[in-house]
Amino acid sequence: MSGATVNLLVGVAMGLNLLALASSRVPSIIRAVAVQGMVLGLIPLLMETHFDWLVATVAVVTMAVKGFLIPALLGRAMRSAHIDREIEPFIGYVPSLLLGAAGTIAAVAGARALPLLPEHTGTLFVPGALASLLTGFVLLIGRAKAISQVCGYLILENGIYLFGLLLINSTPLLVESGILLDLTVGVFVIGIIVDRIQRAFDSLDTRKLTVLRE
Amino acid sequence: MMPLVESLLRLLVWLLLAPLLPGLINQVKAWVAGRRGPPALQLYYDLARLWRKGVVLSHLASPGFLAGPAVGWVAITGAALLLPLGPGGGGVSFRGDVLLFVYLLAVARFCTAWAALETGSAFEGMGAAREVSFAVLAEVALITAILTLSVQSGSVTLATMLAPAAGAGAVLLAAGLFAVLLAENCRVPFDDPNTHLELTMIHEVMVLDHSGPPLAVVLHGAAMKLMIFAVLLVQAVLPIGTLSPVVAAGWLAGGVLGVTLGVGLVESLLARFAFRRVPLLLTTAFLLCLFALLLAWKGGGA
Repeated sequence: MSGATVNLLVGVAMGLNLLALASSRVPSIIRAVAVQGMVLGLIPLLMETHFDWLVATVAVVTMAVKGFLIPALLGRAMRSAHIDREIEPFIGYVPSLLLGAAGTIAAVAGARALPLLPEHTGTLFVPGALASLLTGFVLLIGRAKAISQVCGYLILENGIYLFGLLLINSTPLLVESGILLDLTVGVFVIGIIVDRIQRAFDSLDTRKLTVLRE
Repeated sequence: MMPLVESLLRLLVWLLLAPLLPGLINQVKAWVAGRRGPPALQLYYDLARLWRKGVVLSHLASPGFLAGPAVGWVAITGAALLLPLGPGGGGVSFRGDVLLFVYLLAVARFCTAWAALETGSAFEGMGAAREVSFAVLAEVALITAILTLSVQSGSVTLATMLAPAAGAGAVLLAAGLFAVLLAENCRVPFDDPNTHLELTMIHEVMVLDHSGPPLAVVLHGAAMKLMIFAVLLVQAVLPIGTLSPVVAAGWLAGGVLGVTLGVGLVESLLARFAFRRVPLLLTTAFLLCLFALLLAWKGGGA
């Protein structure tokens, strides 16, 4: 029963990947990433058969950080830079959507060929993780604005987190909280950098950063 | 004698009920906007008025200009007769009729575009080009949806394909088919049926030079196409075939009404998209249907 719910949540996360690939407005990408982080944060709670305070705390903190804190930081950076729209992506929306869908299908098909533990074969963890990694890469490569690239990085991290859930019983929760802290600090720093780029170049287009000047 | 009466009755249901749906959509739009709006039966009045009027023919027009709407209308009526109506079953049903259904819809579109090109106006050529290029994407989504139904029921006959409920991917399939319905019937996120601004029209451009009875035939065909897609959507998602006849008829009517109200609400709450966004939306519809297909496939295999 809980297996089906977890699979449904991972499926929703995979759908959100495609939503992030298809949306041209930065706020909707940020929202997709936030909802995806919260959906994934919910999964450890559903996986445990007995209630565990530590797991519950980490899950709640993950949801709070990925669902509210990081989107708030990104939203502030976006407002201070006055952008909310990706004008000319390197990879257009239709091609990136098709790439993402092909990646998702390939991930689902490829994960069946992997020698997984018997308790993981029926779950969507590995396909979901691979699909999120691919989506993150496509966003990182295909978008020109720094904030969209940060969102790609966050989706990439969500994929790694999903992969880590396979090992939830053997990794110390300290590792998970450490990653979360790194992520928050990373996004915080990127928020500042975005502001600096905006002031120095009057644009957040990373293409302009390749030109050297005094 | 009975089969003849039954076929006539089925034909009458399609012919007489179809013009009600655009009227209902307009009522919903008027209600949301706080206007009184045209009466729900407006399209019937329009059709009667157009039928009495004469035809203005361009000097350039060949007989294809008149034949286009007529052949298109017959093709749409044929598609309607293939589609099962809940407990009534299909008017004609044989193995592989779903292919004929898809191709009849394609023939109808071809005829509309053909008649539009017959006028010799560059403007209508532009409309035909737009309609046909969007239809390429919408048709892929429709065919994927039909493949989904076919895979999960293991049949290529419309009546058996549409009888059971859609499986695991019901939500995906419904969303995809709804988007196809909006695109195929030139509804708001894709095209605005009310606009007569040259930059934004798709379907309206093609019928601008039609008048009198041919225009009435085009309008009636469009209304019937809307009803075909609504009936297809409802039967694809709901398990109409497994219910008792009266309940099934009720669900079908309620479902079609619900879809119509949904179209009206979408039309009131959304603005139409810029042209360059339309392929993205249609690709999304295709992907929704594709994932429903994969779910049906995987569910059937496991």
